[in-house]
Amino acid sequence: MAAPPRPESVELLEKLVAALSARGILTEEEIAERQAITDRASPETGARMVAKAWTDPAYRALLLSDGTAAAEAMGVTMAGAPPLGVLEDTPTRHHLVVCTLCSCYPRAVLGYPPHWYKSAAYRARAVRDPRGVLAEWGTHLPDSVEIRVVDSTADYRWMVLPMRPAGTEGWSEERLASIVTRDALVGVALPRVP
Amino acid sequence: MSAAIAPGARVRVRDDWPEERGPCHIRTPHYVRGRTGTVERVLGAFPNPEDLAFGRPAPRRTLYHVRFDQKPLWDEGNPRDTVLVEIFEHWLEPLAEGRH
Repeated sequence: MAAPPRPESVELLEKLVAALSARGILTEEEIAERQAITDRASPETGARMVAKAWTDPAYRALLLSDGTAAAEAMGVTMAGAPPLGVLEDTPTRHHLVVCTLCSCYPRAVLGYPPHWYKSAAYRARAVRDPRGVLAEWGTHLPDSVEIRVVDSTADYRWMVLPMRPAGTEGWSEERLASIVTRDALVGVALPRVP
Repeated sequence: MSAAIAPGARVRVRDDWPEERGPCHIRTPHYVRGRTGTVERVLGAFPNPEDLAFGRPAPRRTLYHVRFDQKPLWDEGNPRDTVLVEIFEHWLEPLAEGRH
């Protein structure tokens, strides 16, 4: 049985890589290295950054003023990555991140975006009906709390610094990080004490 | 490049639709074109994506974080809610004081 035809996209990619290699612009090794960095990234990185910010005021200040430096301080390779901005939730303001134009996402600290983040439904609805979208995640905020949607339209990538929930006093950074989910870092959910 | 618009300034997003004039790559969402917002802060200067996307020399342009009230944008929603959008300088027009 003959092998199925290769997708056109694969052939295009191979031709592009060959052309870039021939001109000395990009090597296979550089691509592999970048793939390894991308594959290594996961929401656990963002969770560790949040947990540290909850326990270390100096780190919190760095995280809010220069997210890129704060990620590097946690061992994340940020060279070549877009700058990272961090949005501080307060008792009166909650942030929700969306990219209405495509699917910009802070991959360096959260890894690959979930499928729903890239869906037309989330992209259209998060910006227009954030309270309705949050309610579907079981996230109900009082009317007195401002919901600030952050539409990731250009060169920055955004991550939320949620509020530390009550009942976590005295917890270690590791235990705190365990309740910071990917969804909480995008702003569709809140960290919860199990 | 120095930032020309200070945080707190009221700005209007250009009501311009280059999509209707030919191929282009625009990072200014439709829903804020022609709308009025407030500069939250200056994010820095980045190569203009409208040139970058076509492989043209891309001069750096100042990028602003601009805040809009949700309710006037959609004519619905909670009056407390807001949207923050990254918008390049050439899409913003300063609003004179007292104008709306």
